[in-house]
Amino acid sequence: MSILISPDTKIIVQGITGAFGAKHAQLSLDYGTKVVAGVTPGKGGQFFEHNGAKVPIFNSVADAAKATGATVSVIFVPPPFAGDAILECVDANLDLAVAITEGIPIKDMVRVKRAMAGSKTRLVGPNCPGIVTPGTGKDSSGGCRIGIAPGYIHQKGHVGVVSRSGTLTYEAVFQLTSKGIGQSTSVGIGGDPVNGTSHLDVIKLFNADPDTHAIILIGEIGGNAEVEAARWIKANCKKPVAGFIAGATAPAGRRMGHAGAIVGGAEDTAAAKIAVFKECGIEVAVTPSDMADALLRSAKAKGVTLS
Amino acid sequence: MNIHEYQAKALFEKFGVPAPKGAAARSAAEFDAALATLPEGATMVKSQIHAGGRGKGTFTNGFKGGVKFCPTKAEAREKAAAMLGNTLVTIQTGPAGRKVQTVYFTAASDIKKEYYLAILLDRVTSRPVIVASTEGGVEIEKVAHDTPEKIHKVIVDPAFGLADFQVRELIFALGLAGAEAKNAAKLIRNLYAMFWETDAAMVEVNPLITTPTGEVLALDAKVSFDDNALFRHPEIVALRDLNEEDPKEIEAAKANLSYIALDGNIACLVNGAGLAMSTMDIIKYFGGSPANFLDVGGGASKEQVVAAFKIILGDPNVKGIFVNIFGGIMDCNVIALGIVEAVKEVGLKLPLVVRLEGNNVIAGKATLAQSGLALVSGDTMADAAQKIVQLVA
Repeated sequence: MSILISPDTKIIVQGITGAFGAKHAQLSLDYGTKVVAGVTPGKGGQFFEHNGAKVPIFNSVADAAKATGATVSVIFVPPPFAGDAILECVDANLDLAVAITEGIPIKDMVRVKRAMAGSKTRLVGPNCPGIVTPGTGKDSSGGCRIGIAPGYIHQKGHVGVVSRSGTLTYEAVFQLTSKGIGQSTSVGIGGDPVNGTSHLDVIKLFNADPDTHAIILIGEIGGNAEVEAARWIKANCKKPVAGFIAGATAPAGRRMGHAGAIVGGAEDTAAAKIAVFKECGIEVAVTPSDMADALLRSAKAKGVTLS
Repeated sequence: MNIHEYQAKALFEKFGVPAPKGAAARSAAEFDAALATLPEGATMVKSQIHAGGRGKGTFTNGFKGGVKFCPTKAEAREKAAAMLGNTLVTIQTGPAGRKVQTVYFTAASDIKKEYYLAILLDRVTSRPVIVASTEGGVEIEKVAHDTPEKIHKVIVDPAFGLADFQVRELIFALGLAGAEAKNAAKLIRNLYAMFWETDAAMVEVNPLITTPTGEVLALDAKVSFDDNALFRHPEIVALRDLNEEDPKEIEAAKANLSYIALDGNIACLVNGAGLAMSTMDIIKYFGGSPANFLDVGGGASKEQVVAAFKIILGDPNVKGIFVNIFGGIMDCNVIALGIVEAVKEVGLKLPLVVRLEGNNVIAGKATLAQSGLALVSGDTMADAAQKIVQLVA
């Protein structure tokens, strides 16, 4: 098993005719992912063609879901319209909306999050790399790749990875794969201050997933989501967990690329978060190069074999 | 994006948030016209820079205080002349300070009591929060730490907006009654409307004051906006003061790069914000000191790499460069060609360590090796970080 998505998951791509959406729809098709529909308002009835695949385009998410049975959508819609695109997924009763779009106004996300309260739809992102559940084929193909992560660096296995950052997630996955350690699912939750699924939400899913044997939790400065996740791990999670926090050298009050990566008070510094990780029994990676090794140390201490 | 106090006060006026009457001046020639709009008598002179701690700051010419109380307009004119065009150093500006290019005159107010009021995003609930305290005119972080019971918070439901009972809750928490309560309620409602309608990231009034006649006034104003929402607020974008920003950061933004200058000597060029932050961290871990944060984005182009090199080399403190690219989808060879071209174009003389990983990395490394350039390759982030730290030491 895996979390959130499996190789059988059927996905919709919102914004499939834009350059960015099209490129990543192609890469997902190449990976073997079941991209079953595209949505671009006004282009319903057309097709998105790639290497023999002929993906129908619909005017709305509701139409696409109804015609194809898709339960998940990935959003590549430009920032001014992305909030609306997420709400469309809620309206269509999808299980999951993954918003890749970077630069959505915070107020839009505040309203979207309020509107999603009590709905069935889960949001991952925005401003995130997406989710990958590796497959069994060459370079992990045959899996489900939603978003913009490089599929080929993955390997099917039993480590769950959760992070705000794209390239830092790839770094962790690459280190694991290089050591012959596969992943169950890798989830990028995004770098914005208002996002859908939190570190803790993903940790709970990994903890409940019998196929995930160990977890890498990657965080950064700003907010308290990593601390919340760490305290829950201490109380509830027996699986080996390694953690890393980026931004130890970031000056206070400056936004470090991600809108959410900003030190406001003493509690959202890297040092404070690392201290909580240690207190909660999470093996801390001393540098980003040490993430896979930290997980191996944690696994060894808990008598868990990875690979 | 930040704005000046005098610009924030103009927005306050537009939204019906009362503040002392004020007027800004950009040159000595404008002093008289500005002062003429204010009542006779006691006047405040306030240096306009994007940094806090102005009152306790010192100018590089020795003049003390970026905010001055003056009993007369004549004295206000004198103090304004001492501030304008000079550099003010405060606890928030760093040792270089900021040049005061605008002064703001306001009518001095009789203060009965000082309070604190702010509106910002609460990250835990993903909703706006209004923060109020009876302890105004002091550092709110200190109040929160020493006497947390004196900080009152109201979380606003974005579906309904600020409710009347929540306004009353704040008024009671501040211990206001009668005319003060009525005026404060109106001010809080209007300030929230401004926060919401302008896509503000934070609105802070410290201090908010009551006067002996029952008025409630915003004596100071610190306002910042959500950069992501600026596309729908051209009137806010027009308030941007480029003098307050690092020229290198402005140049970087034009090239679609996210750059923040730091005070170390090892420049970094990285793709992705998380990786960029941790590249700074790993330099520090191995005993070096990062000169900047620089994120060229998830899919760096050759043009961006060239632009990034030029910006990095504009910092005279830089003694070495660390390029750390995880080319997930990006072709590493394209990045390598960009690096080679950039190095040749800028005539780089400083040590350069490159760590490339990802898609088509073998070709990328070959391109670097065959370039004839004096660059060093690192295999992992740790290996590369140690190499650049050694080369710069």
